[in-house]
Amino acid sequence: MTRGEYFFHYLVSVAFVKGAGMTLLITITSLLIGMGVGLILALGQGSRFGAMRSLTLTYLWLFRGTPVLFQLIFVFNVLPAFGIVLSGFASAVLALGLNEGAYMAEIMRSGIQAVGRGQRTAGRALGMTEWKVMRFIVLPQAFRIIIPPIGNQFIGMLKLSALVSVIAVQDLLLIANQTASANFRYLEALGAAGIYYLVLTTIFMAVQGRVERWANRRGRRGTMQPRSLTQRLIAWTSGQVAIR
Amino acid sequence: MIEESMAMIDSNAQQQAAAVPLLSIAGLRKSYGAVEVLRDVSFDLCKGKTVVVIGPSGSGKSTLLRCINLLEPIDEGTIVFDRQKISGTDAHGHHVRIDIGMVFQNFELFPHLTAIENIMLAPVEVRKVPKAQARDTALALLEKVHIPDKADAFPDELSGGQQQRVAIARALAMNPKLMLYDEPTSALDPEMIKEVLDVILELSNEGMTSVVVTHEMSFARRAADEIVFMDGGRVIERASSERFFGGEVHPRAQKFIQTILH
Ligand SMILES: Nc1ncnc2c1ncn2[C@@H]1O[C@H](COP(=O)(O)OP(=O)(O)O)[C@@H](O)[C@H]1O
Ligand SMILES: [Mg+2]
Repeated sequence: MTRGEYFFHYLVSVAFVKGAGMTLLITITSLLIGMGVGLILALGQGSRFGAMRSLTLTYLWLFRGTPVLFQLIFVFNVLPAFGIVLSGFASAVLALGLNEGAYMAEIMRSGIQAVGRGQRTAGRALGMTEWKVMRFIVLPQAFRIIIPPIGNQFIGMLKLSALVSVIAVQDLLLIANQTASANFRYLEALGAAGIYYLVLTTIFMAVQGRVERWANRRGRRGTMQPRSLTQRLIAWTSGQVAIR
Repeated sequence: MIEESMAMIDSNAQQQAAAVPLLSIAGLRKSYGAVEVLRDVSFDLCKGKTVVVIGPSGSGKSTLLRCINLLEPIDEGTIVFDRQKISGTDAHGHHVRIDIGMVFQNFELFPHLTAIENIMLAPVEVRKVPKAQARDTALALLEKVHIPDKADAFPDELSGGQQQRVAIARALAMNPKLMLYDEPTSALDPEMIKEVLDVILELSNEGMTSVVVTHEMSFARRAADEIVFMDGGRVIERASSERFFGGEVHPRAQKFIQTILH
């Protein structure tokens, strides 16, 4: 087989498709966990109770103050000592999700704060409890505001997911690496994996564009300019990304 | 004999009911830090009546409204609404606010919901009215505020006057016993003021008990049973509409009216 043939062979192989699927699954699951944790942290930060605020601050300190790779290995190797034995996949999404939450919290917080005070007052004046105001008025609007930064987190998470290969989760990178180490066809195997990463990233961007257009239709027009894929790409390649 | 006396007690009770005000505020005080914003405010409002509150900017009118529906805790005084002392029950303020509608200067419609969704939200989620029924009520209310064809429009597709009328419909959907309007036309272009004031006036005439903060004097003259003039956190003057516009008012009120009219 020529180099090209190897490359193409890997690209369409079941193993690579599975690896890409695993990468995608880890990315989506971790991000969803991260959004949930981030929302709880954001609400905790804005809480009336001092203990709640201290607790969230401690969380942020722990998860932002240590490397995500450390957290990954910690969850996989240390939790079993306390009787919590998780599969590689569960450890991966737990660690990545908990870590993501610490970064998502800030995005959620800024989204919630961007919803004007008058909106909350209007909700309260209708007899809603604080919780209902949050649920029906603040969060739906905050969600529309944070779609763009969440899209960026998504792409960040896709790349971060490559770390899980250290705890033997069969993701795209591990598959590529294992395949290559069998016959030293690194260029071909990693090239195929790279194509998958780029395709996934690009699909995310397109999906993000879709969601933004939907949000624009459902009110709050004017706060977000519709952007083409190219504009998105330029913005994204020039933006700064949090280092973990 | 017994029946007669029972009937008398009945009619006495009815007369008393008419005399008991729906809203009664006594000795209300409110400070923000060291700044005293409301100083000993008292007034009563009987069922079906409309009081118009006027006064210069910063005199405490908005704060007064926000205290009435417990959006702001008060420092001193009592507020009695619908025979219940509500002051001091701030933790359960949301129960009180179910029965008190409020309309804001900046409309504050929920931008992610259509007009009809704005109107249906609280009845469905707070009063637990079935959706279909809430929808019918909402459509009827849109008709009442003269924009039946805007049910599915988003707030930013509506003019200011239309948005404010949706906001009024949204408050009415909770079937409130009292309506509070905080400068409902101050953010509107002049050509839209009338359409909003007309709706408020219609509601007033139909017997909706209302507190209206406004600078629109011709509206005050037509809609108000009573005018309250505030300045520096105090009620300076309380007068019937006739007396107020007849010129028998406090010099400070007089001066204020002059500045508004010019
Ligand atoms: N949340 C607040 N915190 C501090 N001061 C406030 C607050 N709300 C109102 N004030 C002050 O209270 C005074 C009365 O305000 P307001 O009730 O809005 O007056 P009006 O509606 O008559 O213009 C003003 O001096 C204002 O600055
Ligand atoms: Mg005001």
